[in-house]
Amino acid sequence: MPDPTPRRPFPLSVTLAAVPVAVAVLATAACGDVPGDDGGGDAEGGSGNLRVFAAASLTDVFGELGERFEEEHGVTVDLNFAGSSELAQQINEGAPADVFASANPANMDLVAEEGNVAGEETVFVENILEIAVPADNPAGVEELDDLAADDVVVALCSPEVPCGAASETVMEDSGVDIDPATLEEDVRAALTKVELGEVDAALVYRTDVMAAGESVVSIEFPEAEEAVNDYPIAVLTEAAEPDLAEEWVRLVTSDEGQAVLTDAGFRTP
Amino acid sequence: MSPRHPVRHPEATTRPRRDVSIRAGRVPWVLMLPALVGVLFLVLPLAGLLIRAPWGTLGTRLLMPEVRDALLLSLGTATVATLISLAVGVPLAWLLARTTFPGRRYVRALVTVPMVMPPVVGGVALLLAFGRRGVVGQHLYEWFGYQIPFTTVAVVAAQVFVAMPFLVISVEGALRGADRRYEEAAATLGATRAVIFRRVTLPMVLPGVAAGAVLCWARALGEFGATITFAGNLPGVTQTMPIAVYVAMQSDPASAIVLSLVLLAVSLVILTSLREKWIGGL
Repeated sequence: MPDPTPRRPFPLSVTLAAVPVAVAVLATAACGDVPGDDGGGDAEGGSGNLRVFAAASLTDVFGELGERFEEEHGVTVDLNFAGSSELAQQINEGAPADVFASANPANMDLVAEEGNVAGEETVFVENILEIAVPADNPAGVEELDDLAADDVVVALCSPEVPCGAASETVMEDSGVDIDPATLEEDVRAALTKVELGEVDAALVYRTDVMAAGESVVSIEFPEAEEAVNDYPIAVLTEAAEPDLAEEWVRLVTSDEGQAVLTDAGFRTP
Repeated sequence: MSPRHPVRHPEATTRPRRDVSIRAGRVPWVLMLPALVGVLFLVLPLAGLLIRAPWGTLGTRLLMPEVRDALLLSLGTATVATLISLAVGVPLAWLLARTTFPGRRYVRALVTVPMVMPPVVGGVALLLAFGRRGVVGQHLYEWFGYQIPFTTVAVVAAQVFVAMPFLVISVEGALRGADRRYEEAAATLGATRAVIFRRVTLPMVLPGVAAGAVLCWARALGEFGATITFAGNLPGVTQTMPIAVYVAMQSDPASAIVLSLVLLAVSLVILTSLREKWIGGL
């Protein structure tokens, strides 16, 4: 027993408490937040699983289309939603995915450059920025110019993610210089800050405002036309289920898929 | 600093001491293999960081203003958070270890909750309490026009919330393990409770306090979830090292690796400084 300290530095409870802490630390450090990455659970022994990596802004619509696809083909659709740049990283690092739907061409290009895109990429929808404000609009925001005021607390998306890049384009083209209180890591996080009333406004996609419900009001602004976001989708080279992946792209670009998408606020290209 | 005749824990005296050292050749494979897997699993990611590090551009990347800002902000906020935790946490630990009051058990449980809850949840809770429309925060905003979220204050608050429990628990443990006879002797000599605490108790548990402070500082430095939720992400104001790593990973992985290396180096320094204390014979 080489341990010279007779006193135990920790009561047992701490040692026990440290275990979940360590696990939590590991878990948070390991995966950041990749929702829906839990394999979907009940594989029904169909012809396989389709793994779709999609931008966070597609969460609701792809969820709905996923259910339809599962009924139609009798397979399980695993959806992994995150920031497009994060997904591009994951795919290039060899994450198992069949289809990638990006919220901007830049991140699809990153994947294509590594030779991970099979065949053609298709632009299947467009998305446009709007100003989101809390339902009571505490700062009385009416147009883009209002966001440049010093006393208006604004959340923007981080420039690394598509909605942030689009916001920068809008600011450059319009000459409106917004001084943000925070640069959120994805569009949903920015919107959440509006929903909670912690910021006076945020620049987010129209689709996200529509998904947010009653607590958020959206304001259209003409400058947004300068930064319309194209959403490309493509089957990936490493796809384990290339045929299912093709089917998914077909569903998303079909009239049925487009109807679901436009209902959610996307525009048909 | 520690008393010369420490009270031994009961289980330390009842357990028979067996100094049988196992010779290497006798280690059963059934233990050896999983142990090796465990070691590999823990070491490989770190090796990956080192192997993939952009050594050639390391210097220039470290000197980038964003990196410097994030590092300085992290070191500063973690230090302030630790000082606040000391000022509040040591008395709290003393209260839990040395006094009895109704509901003490529940207070102790509540204090340790932030240790086991996911940090993101902590961030949400902080936002709902101290945000502009939070339970407490709305009054701050109404009366003073002051809002905590998205400020450096919010970063420190998030760090104190997740890290202070570590300090409280380790100081409380040290207090419970300390020899009470010294305090009793001081009391019979007429010292007041405050004097006893300052002149007898605190010097005795100082190693425990120091260890707790280091642990608290390390946890504050690594804080991510609560910070990004409650304080947001703004370079120079609320963008700490872990958040900078996360954001850089989305655009410039090489910079993210450099930032990670810096944090890893800091962790190693902490580990070496604590080695004697908790992981003897490393």
